[in-house]
Amino acid sequence: MLLARTQRSVLPGFGLSLGFTLAYLGLIVLVPLAAAFLKTAGMSWPDFWAVASSPRVVASFKVSFGISLFAALVNAVFGLILAWVLVRYSFPGRRLVDGLVDLPFALPTAVAGIALTAIYAQNGWVGQWLDPLWARGIQRLSNLIPWVNWPEFLGVKLAFDRPGIFIALTFIGLPFVVRTLQPVLNELEPELEEVAATLGANRWQTMTRVVFPELMPALITGFALAFARAVGEYGSVVFIAGNMPMHSEITPLLIITKLEQYDYQGATAIAVVMLVASFVLLLCINLLQKWSRRYYRF
Amino acid sequence: MKIKTLILATLALGITAAASAKSVELLNVSYDPTRELYQEFNSAFIKYWKAKTGDDVIIKQSHGGSGKQARSVIDGLPADVVTLALSADIDALYTNGRLLPQDWQKRLPQNSTPYTSTIVFLVRKGNPKGVRDWDDLVKPGVSVITPNPKTSGGARWNYLAAWGYARHKSGTEEAAQKFVAALYKNVPVLDSGARGATTTFVQRGIGDVAITWENEAFLALKEFGAGQFEIVVPSLSILAEPPVAVVDKVVKKKGTAGVAKAYLEYLYSDEGQDIAGRNFYRPRNPAVAAKYASVFPQLQLVTIDAEFGGWTKAQKTHFADGGVFDQIYAK
Repeated sequence: MLLARTQRSVLPGFGLSLGFTLAYLGLIVLVPLAAAFLKTAGMSWPDFWAVASSPRVVASFKVSFGISLFAALVNAVFGLILAWVLVRYSFPGRRLVDGLVDLPFALPTAVAGIALTAIYAQNGWVGQWLDPLWARGIQRLSNLIPWVNWPEFLGVKLAFDRPGIFIALTFIGLPFVVRTLQPVLNELEPELEEVAATLGANRWQTMTRVVFPELMPALITGFALAFARAVGEYGSVVFIAGNMPMHSEITPLLIITKLEQYDYQGATAIAVVMLVASFVLLLCINLLQKWSRRYYRF
Repeated sequence: MKIKTLILATLALGITAAASAKSVELLNVSYDPTRELYQEFNSAFIKYWKAKTGDDVIIKQSHGGSGKQARSVIDGLPADVVTLALSADIDALYTNGRLLPQDWQKRLPQNSTPYTSTIVFLVRKGNPKGVRDWDDLVKPGVSVITPNPKTSGGARWNYLAAWGYARHKSGTEEAAQKFVAALYKNVPVLDSGARGATTTFVQRGIGDVAITWENEAFLALKEFGAGQFEIVVPSLSILAEPPVAVVDKVVKKKGTAGVAKAYLEYLYSDEGQDIAGRNFYRPRNPAVAAKYASVFPQLQLVTIDAEFGGWTKAQKTHFADGGVFDQIYAK
């Protein structure tokens, strides 16, 4: 199959560039990942399972994957609005806002974590107003729906609790959604919407039938990138999470904890589970994207 | 022509200068709170070494969590000397890579610890919760800040000090375990390192008491003014011995064995001891310690060897996966 295609290609340099691609990918991506797998391969299967299924590790998986998913969803919604505004409207300071979007990319994550913690802590600028509100809201929710353990589920504080993790992960994930959507939005001419309008579509129909089908693949990619980034994030989260075992401990922190005890194998075992889970999730998202592209084609 | 001569002359001068005075470089890999101590000590040692041998020595420092630092050295960071928070982390250099001999701790006086410290409490101004001793930390409504003992060497000392107090008071291991569990129920945030915990307490305003190194507590007073915080010394605490060692494998390769050894030995000199005292570490030398007697209050100190059977055993019982600390948080 590969050979057949080589012969058919009219562009020169395929062999060289493919060789370079594979070597580069192998060196930068595959070799380090393979090292993680090799290190775990030294463990017996029951040992591996004991590490991967211990209650604390499982709890951290729930926290890491759950909150990352939620943060990526929120970013998908608000990132779309942001990208839309930046592309479709021109207003004074647009370039400045556009530049601001990249800040979470550029800022060292530890700085982001410290800054967010300073703002959202109980004595911070925002935290001193919002924190009591959040606590009261959770209290009210608990009275309203008593059979869910809301303080455990949503946390009672902003910083040093689960909402803090959510804040940090939303912060670092935002640029991924905006930057993947912008080029697609740029390509999407306003004339398309005008045509839809002249053909009698109302605004809702224009949005759902014309605009969204074009944006969907990019939106899913942006979502996937934001999600993947959030799952692996360590630097900013540890400052704001409170790091309570079984409650607000993220998986990367558990990996560091294992390393701190010179338990290299245990650490790589958790890493391998994360890798496989992330890979499967990204694969599913890719398939979803492919499907959406076909589904919306007309 | 003139310029050329000038350049040549400068070059020649540079070469002769380099030939007469050798320049060596040392890397000291240390843990978080020693930053200020070693800044001062390094400049003192550079002067001493220049006067003694005529050689210039450049000392680079690296700071971070004690365990993380040890791991960097194991993974290849070329540290000539390590000055870490607990001997278990230097033991790890032996067990993972044989970077130094097993009996490294016997090579320098007093367990290779030129200075000691202990664990005390930092409270807010006026001590609003009336914290006097360990018993006050388990009372309901008192919020305690201490880092995660699984990621922080300092936090392990905190934990063991609490355990030591409870054991001495009640006499049984079960009561001690219950006491420590009750204490951690009052901990709202588990930072990953000692500095992080201090920041949480001092700058974020979280918690009523921070359990911390004595030197870190003094440093907080110095940095933020004595008006904001107070130090409370409990009736019993633990003798924290942060040890130092030459990393044999590295100095052999770099040819710095002599200067590295002299560097650590200078910590025991009168000047080294004085610098330790100035930076709120308790000097080992009785004469220098006497000078700082008014700074460091006397209290009953238990040792890790007598109380817990050494670091290796304490580590295994309390902080390994599934150990006593994990059981506190198991549901």
